[in-house]
Amino acid sequence: MVTRGFTGRRAGPEVSDRIPPGQHLVDGFPVLSAGPTPRIESEAWTFTLKVGPRSVRAWSWSEFGALPQTRMTRDIHCVTSWSKLNTAWEGVIIDDVLADAGIRPSTDFVLAHSYDGYSTNIPFADLTAGKAMVALKYEGRPLPADHGGPARLVVPHLYFWKSAKWVNGIQFTERDEAGFWELRGYHMYGDPWRQQRYTND
Amino acid sequence: MTKGLAAAIHWQNSAIIDVADRTPTIKSFFLRLSEPFTHSAGQHVDVRLTAPNGYAAMRSYSIASAPSDSSVIELAIERLADGEVSPFFHDVAQTGDEIELRGPLGGHFLWPGEARKPVLLIGAGSGLVPLMAMIRHRRDRGRPVPIALLLSSRTWRDVLFRDELLGAEEALPDFSLALAVTREPTRRSSDFGRRIDIAMVAQVAARLPGPPHDVFICGSNAFVDIAADGALASGLDAATIKTERYGA
Repeated sequence: MVTRGFTGRRAGPEVSDRIPPGQHLVDGFPVLSAGPTPRIESEAWTFTLKVGPRSVRAWSWSEFGALPQTRMTRDIHCVTSWSKLNTAWEGVIIDDVLADAGIRPSTDFVLAHSYDGYSTNIPFADLTAGKAMVALKYEGRPLPADHGGPARLVVPHLYFWKSAKWVNGIQFTERDEAGFWELRGYHMYGDPWRQQRYTND
Repeated sequence: MTKGLAAAIHWQNSAIIDVADRTPTIKSFFLRLSEPFTHSAGQHVDVRLTAPNGYAAMRSYSIASAPSDSSVIELAIERLADGEVSPFFHDVAQTGDEIELRGPLGGHFLWPGEARKPVLLIGAGSGLVPLMAMIRHRRDRGRPVPIALLLSSRTWRDVLFRDELLGAEEALPDFSLALAVTREPTRRSSDFGRRIDIAMVAQVAARLPGPPHDVFICGSNAFVDIAADGALASGLDAATIKTERYGA
């Protein structure tokens, strides 16, 4: 349905093929979160890898910082309809996390967990082969608390609620288990190119 | 909660049946739904505008009206000078126009259904909108729930739903209103003539008969951070605090 009198501001041709349907470009970096911003000192931060209920490995901040650090520059897309191009992250890709733990994926599904009790589900296939990282830096600087610092998950090809802020672990699960927003009406997978915003979109 | 929702929430047409000026920068749009729904206070709709060339812009707007079966919802939209969608609503949209939307959406920033325990609401500018749905819901339901609202606005003229809020404070013994007016002297002794700070949040929370069981905060990211820090400093549990931040 055409809206009477609306012309809009379609992005220019040089970037329009990078903007998924229903999204618009922003220059800033909006902050969205469901509760207060947790303040976690990096000295106190730990990252735990679990298989089901069992912890198989935990890293301190300094141990995690000693893992191979990878840079990744990607476009990101928030379900609230903004997109931001060329965001530059640095951290540890999930493949390197698993390699350091010396384990192979035991199931197809992962839940990411955060300090504030947040969680979100991602198929393992979307975390591996360099597709996702635990980011410790944004644009070359330590990640600010508002943006999930000291560390957040970055899964740039899915809507950004999947990129859990204040992340403190990932857990292999037997089934695809819904996380915080997925239990509250948002899509289980969240592909921006298919506009999978809400349950069953 | 919307867990187990069977079907996708689909797009529908609505018609603008009225437009009301609220403040110098905020207008209310009353939309008649072609497929009526009953929302929960705090929920939003997604609005989709489509240009003749097929380009579509989508934004989320909180619902200002209380849950009802009237088939009409109210959106109160602030005009953002560099916006794409809000200037369309303010400068182009008029009564009779059709607007595509879907909802109700959002399963977190929600009025706690049968709440009777004290609730603290903190908002800035148009961040009042989802909180107003909660206040109106409480008023319509007529069931006592102590509510304190701390609302930050630039000037007296910028106080969204001002007359209705002042009237609610008169009519509802368990509703208390504190305005933080940042660019003008205050007009009422219960108000604050400064920007929000931690002490202000503690003072407003203390006007409730007991510690708030739920805290809802809506506004810009910087505002929400201060308000949430104030609530935490007042001894409230982080799990009771729900926030909604403008995405810009």
